[in-house]
Amino acid sequence: MAAAFSRERIDVSTFAVGFLMLVVLILSFSGVANAADHAFRAHAFIFLLASAIGLAGLLGWHELSERQPRFDKTFYEESIVKAGIAATMFWGIAGFLVGLIIALQLTFPTLFYFPELGWTNFGRLRPLHTSAVIFAFGGNALIATSFYVVQRTCRTRLAGGMWPWFVFWGYQLFIVIAATGYLMGVTQSKEYAEPEWYADIWLTIVWVTYLAVFVATILRRKEPHIYVANWFYLAFIVTIALLHVVNSLSIPINLAGSRSVSVFSGVQSALIQWWYGHNAVGFFLTAGFLAIMYYFIPKRIERPVWSYRLSIVHFWSLIFIYIWAGPHHLHYTALPQWAQTLGMTFSIMLWMPSWGGMINGLMTLSGAWDKLRTDPVVRMLVVSVAFYGMATFEGPVMSVREVNALSHYTDWGIGHVHSGALGWVGFVTFGALYCMTQWVWKRDRLYSNALVEWHFWIATIGIVLYITSMWVSGIMEGLMWRAYNEFGFLEYSFIETVSAKHISYIIRALGGGLYLTGALIMVYNLVRTARGDVPAGERRRSGATPAIQPAE
Amino acid sequence: MTDRSPEIDPHSQVETTGHEWDGIKELNNPLPRWWLFIFWGTIVVAIIYWVLMPAWPAPPGMQGNTLGVLGQSDRATVAAEVSETAKMRAELASRLSAVDASAILQDHDLSQLALGLGESAFGDNCATCHGAGGRGAKGYPRLADDIWLWGGTLTDIETTIRHGIRSDDPDARMTDMPAFGRDEFLTSAEIKDMVEFVTAISGRKANLAAVDRARPIFQTNCASCHGVDARGDRAQGAPNLTDAEWLYGGDRDTLQATIFGARRGVMPAWTTRFDPATIRALAVYVHSLGGGE
Amino acid sequence: MATRQSKLFNKHKLFERHTFVLLLGILVVVAIGGLIEIVPLFYLKNTIEKVEGMRPYTPLELAGQNIYIREGCNTCHSQMIRPLRDEVERYGHYSLAAESMYDHPFQWGSKRTGPDLARVGGKYSDDWHRDHLINPRALVPESIMPPYAFLAGRTLDLSTIQDQMRTLQFEGVPYTTPMIDAALDNTMAQAGGDYDVEALRKSYDGIAGRDGTVPVRNFDGMDGAPTELDALIAYLQMLGTLVDFKTYEAGDLSNRR
Ligand code: HEC
Ligand code: HEC
Ligand code: HEC
Ligand code: HEM
Ligand code: HEM
Ligand SMILES: [Ca+2]
Ligand SMILES: [Ca+2]
Ligand SMILES: [Cu+2]
Repeated sequence: MAAAFSRERIDVSTFAVGFLMLVVLILSFSGVANAADHAFRAHAFIFLLASAIGLAGLLGWHELSERQPRFDKTFYEESIVKAGIAATMFWGIAGFLVGLIIALQLTFPTLFYFPELGWTNFGRLRPLHTSAVIFAFGGNALIATSFYVVQRTCRTRLAGGMWPWFVFWGYQLFIVIAATGYLMGVTQSKEYAEPEWYADIWLTIVWVTYLAVFVATILRRKEPHIYVANWFYLAFIVTIALLHVVNSLSIPINLAGSRSVSVFSGVQSALIQWWYGHNAVGFFLTAGFLAIMYYFIPKRIERPVWSYRLSIVHFWSLIFIYIWAGPHHLHYTALPQWAQTLGMTFSIMLWMPSWGGMINGLMTLSGAWDKLRTDPVVRMLVVSVAFYGMATFEGPVMSVREVNALSHYTDWGIGHVHSGALGWVGFVTFGALYCMTQWVWKRDRLYSNALVEWHFWIATIGIVLYITSMWVSGIMEGLMWRAYNEFGFLEYSFIETVSAKHISYIIRALGGGLYLTGALIMVYNLVRTARGDVPAGERRRSGATPAIQPAE
Repeated sequence: MTDRSPEIDPHSQVETTGHEWDGIKELNNPLPRWWLFIFWGTIVVAIIYWVLMPAWPAPPGMQGNTLGVLGQSDRATVAAEVSETAKMRAELASRLSAVDASAILQDHDLSQLALGLGESAFGDNCATCHGAGGRGAKGYPRLADDIWLWGGTLTDIETTIRHGIRSDDPDARMTDMPAFGRDEFLTSAEIKDMVEFVTAISGRKANLAAVDRARPIFQTNCASCHGVDARGDRAQGAPNLTDAEWLYGGDRDTLQATIFGARRGVMPAWTTRFDPATIRALAVYVHSLGGGE
Repeated sequence: MATRQSKLFNKHKLFERHTFVLLLGILVVVAIGGLIEIVPLFYLKNTIEKVEGMRPYTPLELAGQNIYIREGCNTCHSQMIRPLRDEVERYGHYSLAAESMYDHPFQWGSKRTGPDLARVGGKYSDDWHRDHLINPRALVPESIMPPYAFLAGRTLDLSTIQDQMRTLQFEGVPYTTPMIDAALDNTMAQAGGDYDVEALRKSYDGIAGRDGTVPVRNFDGMDGAPTELDALIAYLQMLGTLVDFKTYEAGDLSNRR
């Protein structure tokens, strides 16, 4: 059947992607011609360039593949996973670097601000950091691992022919548009949803395609059951689509301009934004990465998943309860108090469903605890699950209104974010990258396990410095803001709390620097691994087989 | 690997589900009891909280929400706390205003109290302009010295704080130095001479010919505010030009800009933001910074 | 292990074997919470308090808000004073939902690296804002706020402000067509230019229902066409000054929520 396909003159999916590119080409051409502002012109130009390169690439590929079987169904699609690994590393380094820069700006403002260069200011770089780490680094990790995992666990090639490549490159284009937009000051100001309307529309197209590719691959599976990792991937993909579409509803003020105004205002826009924002955490940073955990931990240590029943109960309770918890970002605000109560109580009920994932991940190790010692990649994966447990315990605590009265607006929140982000999201991704690089490049082992050790320890120290310094500065400023002097008047002025945080900020920057260093070590290690620079030595069984095994 | 019959995991002796994906199997362990227990516990906590606090919105077609049996409301709570504070302040205000200004300074308890409040209000509202501890900044007078534009008695200070300077308060202290250059009262040559004159009277070397040319111009244009001896006039907030203390700066470029365009710095009025007790306390605090008269 | 529990769990096969059943199941489960929390905010009348004084932003203020958004001031500054004693004492009356009803989208913020700005309007002079935005550390040596010196050198771009007002009008902000037509004149007038100030005041004070809600000044103190600094300062000086708190009854049952 694969052979029959290859004899076709034109591959349907390639033709369809090409047609879409052509439409983008035409639209962006008219965008360049009619732009109402510079940013829009620059972005239309980037779209124009990207679609032209895309079209040329498609044509070239089509000629080249004339005589070979296209999208051969007897093999897994692995080149897209390789591209995903590279993209994850690239954006990870970029995002951590920008994180370090903004940390330094808050620490040494006279050195890291440039009065005449508006685009270097904290307010523009901060969204660049958050989007780079969450959507570019995290998103690429999710796309790459989901494409890897869904093929193996369904025992079939990725569906959709050229479409997965459209998803991959279309997503990179979205990132470039978003990132350059922030630097030019194009933003809707909604946290984690800053990109403007045309980037939102583009992302919607890419994301729906992603969903279609994923669903089509599952439909093609040669296993009767859908594996638990794929439940989580599916929930992540479809819910993010829903959240993104609703939260992004806005009307461009001018069809050739970069500015739009949200259809929601004030208190409604606040709740919709944090319904989105909280569930970006719940479905992007949690459900998606739990899917990674559910494949890579059992696979790496070669033990069964600990409890099928726990998988079921915590999956459904997690996705049901998460959605309700958004208002914990709006405690004591002008959001009606009843909604705050719901946000708080559902956050408390979220504790155990979250820990269900942690338990399933950790207990899967039973019978293989020795691997913690012998395989640093396993250690990375397991520590990530521990950080996940920590962040999802801290979260419900911070959701209690009385606690939030102290923690909200302070660095405590930043500490919480980064224990989840650096510890959980970062480490589970690093673990998956180590596994996948070895597996898709068919190496017997990584270039150097010793470098993994170094990465692990440097990054762990970095995280500890980061989150402890933020706990200290967050709780300190929270207490200082509400401190009263002996006569019953506010004790500290705001600026005194700013000065008091200086030392913590130095420590945080140090921690961030260590984390970045660790990631650079990983990149070096993975590049050497991919190149095949494997020192001779003990040989380890390769974890993956390229060809799809026939069904039994 | 279709639904195979479950097998027993040799390590844990637990049954698997019989499914396998890419070599991954699943054990069929039951839900941990402690986990279920805490989960139910959190649900009970939530339900109790819903009963106590405002929680559920009315369905479409109806209005309102459950108010909770405790009847708690953040806004009511803070309103009560604020009115408590207001009562305390009112009492304080009456004590502070009952005695005359100098008596406050004599009464140890009262002045300590005023300083506590004054310092508290100063940090977020005044230090942004006048610097921490009233050290001043360019354009914003130093409050910690004994040089005053409008006067350094408690009453003067309080009036300044209450109504501001060139603010939009109808009783604001208000003197606008003319913009001699921009509004063409003086030629640019005359302003140049005037810069030399001010440089000279503040005790520095200057071009004497220019100073002589400027002397009569000063008497006709400036003396009405800054005084014939250029030592300033508090009634008009005009600074002394003969000392080395400058609000904006004493170098020639700055003087040139000041005389050309005038400065007309604005000090906001604070009656709309602060109650009388706080304003009085602020006056006591400013007075205590070092230069009070 | 044919316990009752595992028989129940057997039913889960339905989801594991049928992709679309799983997909639909997920969609239903994640839709519920959002619907129950969000939809009531659109029909419950106590969501937004009844107060007087709110008016849409003047075109100059709106342009200022655009710059506030563009520069990401909301990454450091909240505009949401919580009903907690220390906040009310430090920043002023707690923020009402009504105060952000014309913000598309809201600007409440989630981090206070700098102080809350919900009531900064009128607290400082225009000169102070100008000096502070150009170089915060000149006035507050310990500040970690970025410098925005470039704003002073940039003429305000008004080419799309009317498009924006029209879109906002479509979304329910009470701009009238004459207000939109007069946007450019109104901007010049408010920034201290020689234009019809009375027309500006009549429109905006009119909706606010009281006089004096529109300060008219050369906000950045520089001659020439209005700059981005003019617009940003005009926006900051308006923040928190609109609602007439005499008309807000905190204790009123209709405001209980
Ligand atoms: C927006 C900046 C600003 C703020 C905030 C401010 N001031 Fe001032 N203040 C000024 C300026 C400018 C002057 C001098 C005006 C002039 O040139 O005459 C001044 C003058 C004064 C004076 C008169 C000094 C003299 O020499 O006579 C006093 C007293 C004073 N301020 C106290 C305060 C207090 C107390 C507060 C806080 C409640 C405060 N100021 C807040 C800008 C400010
Ligand atoms: C109508 C009153 C008035 C007149 C006339 C006047 N001044 Fe002033 N002058 C002031 C006031 C009030 C200030 C306080 C600064 C401000 O405007 O904020 C001042 C400030 C100054 C300063 C700044 C002092 C510093 O510490 O930085 C200088 C220099 C000065 N005047 C020089 C002159 C000269 C020279 C003339 C005449 C050519 C003149 N003034 C005429 C009222 C006047
Ligand atoms: C990196 C964080 C940061 C960013 C971004 C930032 N600020 Fe600030 N801001 C601060 C800090 C810290 C303070 C307190 C110290 C000071 O007054 O400079 C402050 C103070 C202020 C104040 C004085 C508030 C008061 O009540 O004292 C205003 C007004 C202000 N900022 C406006 C802005 C505007 C407008 C922008 C965007 C164009 C902005 N800020 C961006 C950190 C920031
Ligand atoms: C080198 C590593 C990193 C450094 C130095 C760093 C630094 C920072 C800094 C300085 C901030 C701004 C805090 C503030 O406003 O006060 C921030 C915010 C944030 N960072 Fe990072 N970061 C790093 C890695 C990451 C990673 C890996 C992620 C996610 C996967 C992440 C996610 C976020 C998020 C979500 C925020 C916004 C938090 C909020 O709004 O509450 N960061 N980071
Ligand atoms: C049970 C799970 C969790 C709960 C209940 C929870 C709860 C909270 C709470 C209460 C806040 C503070 C809101 C505020 O005061 O502004 C918060 C912020 C945040 N959390 Fe969590 N959290 C959980 C897990 C996680 C995890 C696992 C991650 C990430 C990787 C994460 C990422 C974040 C981020 C990014 C923010 C900052 C949002 C912002 O203000 O920009 N959370 N969370
Ligand atoms: Ca968006
Ligand atoms: Ca101007
Ligand atoms: Cu959340």
